[in-house]
Amino acid sequence: MLVDILQLTLYGIVLGSIIALGAIGVSLTFGILGFANFSHGDLMTSGAYIAFTVYTLLALPLWLAFPAGMLGAMAVALAIDWAFYSRLRRSKGLILLISSFGAALIIRSLVQIVWGPDNQVYEPGIQMAVRFGEDIVGSPGLRIKPDQVRILIGAAVLVSAVHVFLRYTRMGKAMRAMADNPDLARLTGIDTKRVIVWTWVIGAGLAGAAGVFLGLDTRLHPDMGWFILLPIFAATILGGIGRPYGAIAGGLVIGIAQELSTLQIPPDYEPLVNPAYKPAVAFAIMVLMLILRPTGLFSGRST
Amino acid sequence: MELAGLISYLIFFLTFVGIYGLLALGLNSQWGYTGMLNLGIAAFFAVGAYTTAIVTTAPTDLHAGGLDLPFPIGMAAAMVTSGLLALGIGLITVNLRADYLAIASIGIAEIVRLVLKNATEVTNGVRGLPSIPRPLTDLWPGYGEALYLLIVLLLVVVVYLASERAYRAPWGRVLRAIREREPAARAMGKNATLFRLQAFVFGASIMGLGGAAYAHFVGFISPEAFDPLFATFLVWVMLIVGGSGNNRGALIGAAVVWLIWTLTETAVQQLPENMVTQAAALRTLLIGLFLQAVLILRPRGILPERPPTEVAPPAK
Amino acid sequence: MALLEVDAVTGGYGEADILHDVSLRVEEGEVVAIVGPNGAGKSTAMKAVFGLVTIRQGQIRFRGEDVTGLSPDRVVRRGISYVPQTDNIFPSLSVDENLDMGAFLRRDGIAAQKAHVYDLFPPLQAKRRQPAGTLSGGQRQMVAMGRALMLEPGLLLLDEPTAGLSPKFMDQIFDIVRTVHASGVGILMVEQNAKQALALADRGYVLAMGRNRYEDRGQALLQNSEVAEMFLGG
Repeated sequence: MLVDILQLTLYGIVLGSIIALGAIGVSLTFGILGFANFSHGDLMTSGAYIAFTVYTLLALPLWLAFPAGMLGAMAVALAIDWAFYSRLRRSKGLILLISSFGAALIIRSLVQIVWGPDNQVYEPGIQMAVRFGEDIVGSPGLRIKPDQVRILIGAAVLVSAVHVFLRYTRMGKAMRAMADNPDLARLTGIDTKRVIVWTWVIGAGLAGAAGVFLGLDTRLHPDMGWFILLPIFAATILGGIGRPYGAIAGGLVIGIAQELSTLQIPPDYEPLVNPAYKPAVAFAIMVLMLILRPTGLFSGRST
Repeated sequence: MELAGLISYLIFFLTFVGIYGLLALGLNSQWGYTGMLNLGIAAFFAVGAYTTAIVTTAPTDLHAGGLDLPFPIGMAAAMVTSGLLALGIGLITVNLRADYLAIASIGIAEIVRLVLKNATEVTNGVRGLPSIPRPLTDLWPGYGEALYLLIVLLLVVVVYLASERAYRAPWGRVLRAIREREPAARAMGKNATLFRLQAFVFGASIMGLGGAAYAHFVGFISPEAFDPLFATFLVWVMLIVGGSGNNRGALIGAAVVWLIWTLTETAVQQLPENMVTQAAALRTLLIGLFLQAVLILRPRGILPERPPTEVAPPAK
Repeated sequence: MALLEVDAVTGGYGEADILHDVSLRVEEGEVVAIVGPNGAGKSTAMKAVFGLVTIRQGQIRFRGEDVTGLSPDRVVRRGISYVPQTDNIFPSLSVDENLDMGAFLRRDGIAAQKAHVYDLFPPLQAKRRQPAGTLSGGQRQMVAMGRALMLEPGLLLLDEPTAGLSPKFMDQIFDIVRTVHASGVGILMVEQNAKQALALADRGYVLAMGRNRYEDRGQALLQNSEVAEMFLGG
């Protein structure tokens, strides 16, 4: 059974990495722009599909399609911000939230119109998993697909890059400052417009990457981002709003929890949680956080 | 178009306006009265519909219930179950900041949808629940649709009057104060929670009633019918377009937006053949853009809220 | 020409006016205190200078230039820095990073100015890498003021700098104000702690109900029996 737990944890880390990438973006936009962005999942979807076009129709290799997906998601986010959110900047955060709900539907319907409602994949056929670690954990060892390794490496690289950016660059510090205290940021003379642009660039870029990863790990579908939005919000709340590092931890916790919930104890029995209800696990954790500690594990902002 | 056909279509159209009117009135009780941002309307809508279906259909192996009880009991049960669901959610979320409530409500809607799809012994899963009876079909043969429209309109009128009554009563004043975060309301502390909870549960049970009205009208329900677009987003557009914070606005919004939604169907059908398969996506796109336009250009809606003139002196 | 001239300003937030015909003046390098009872509009008068208040009548001039109604990010570029009463630091950023943010508008001389700020506030040296939110109340005020000084402003606006602090820290803050004053920066200070503020100020204004009531040298106001009765209490 240890092997099962480790295996599910491994899957959980893969899923959690994807969720974490999305949650960092949501946490930043929530903290800096002041609203819960319900179109974030669909930014992931647009990144995945733009990468898909570059990869399949333009027949460019995946390592080029991937940044194309990120850039595409950034472009979509900036366009949406220019078209809608910028005109609502003076409104309450709730109006922006409703607007983002509308933006989500707009992006999703455009994706469906352009690419159709059916599932797509980057590569047809099923990728073979690789076995490893038999000596350490015993037979039959752990399995991982090469794509999943790519996801883990890619996510680690992106998260490190974001870390360096937030910690050591002037704009990164300004973003953290604005997430901490947007009013004071304005009083200090921080260029809030530039910070907003960078927030979308980073948040949407990570979302686009997460979308490609999600498409690699599962498949592409116009609803793909929407389905993962709830776990992403759960991770954001878990980590604390405006706390990008908390979002990473939150993402991993949610991902691992979701996968572990399907553990079968003992191996022949029904899984703890019917896999169809996996999103409910994320939701349950989120509700628990909201009741016990709404500011998140790392004390983000609450009321 | 033949007159009979036109009238038939009009009845169909107005019945839907009535059903959505109920949903919008329910949402107004939550958002308009207390500022609670419920993005999970679909959950209460669905729970109401499934409850009445389970209660009023004939016994069957396909799904649970089949109690074959009369229509009014189905309606009442629908209100009770959606009210109870709201109570559960409300107890957890009622004092959270509004965006947390929004997220939690989306979560509920998703969970409900998952349950409806997967708890197949109870709900028959994705295959749906058929043969939901239409009430009083024998009373006026041949005019069943018109009769049902009258029932729905009656429900709308009753709910509207009840909501208006509540709005003008001291209960409504307290809620408005809580929504605007006035100091007097804050001084009430715990009681504010109770008021908001009441408004939330009340609104949810009206949504459940709307769900029941829908179920009996269409005769067949499945999880697909409670997709976030039709069941949640559209209602929000209605409330915002009509003017949030007031019940008349909710009803006007329901009529106007349902009209626009119907027009998008006609518009989309004009397109060349190969694009018609994308009809749903195109209509979603249009209504999404429409909402953004309203939010940017006229966020207060057609009928902005006009609270009844306060008699009491302003709070210091 | 005075450093700052507030000339018969009427205004408030939204619809209601809080200030009525308020005038005040700060000369180069002066410390001026605004005192008065609760609700007198002291903070509002200060916020008006920084562009946080809707001004319906009157004019505000800084070094002779009209700055009436300029948005805060423009005002700060002119050489006025504002330290709000609460929420005046970036809690998750380190002390050093808070100062960096204060210097956001600068391109050069940041390191030198930072060194100067650490000289002004020695306890912060040891805590430079610590998140500002973990510091004590008095040290947080130091960070808040240090942040405001990074742009080497001609005028520093302090909104109730000793609010919520224990007497020991209050003294510390007033010492800091003296030190900053000594470096030549003009200071406009709103204070609930009227006695100590007037003792340290060059000049003071007493506001009540959004209007000017008294204006004089700090010491003179302290000795004014009417002022003492009205506002200074015990």
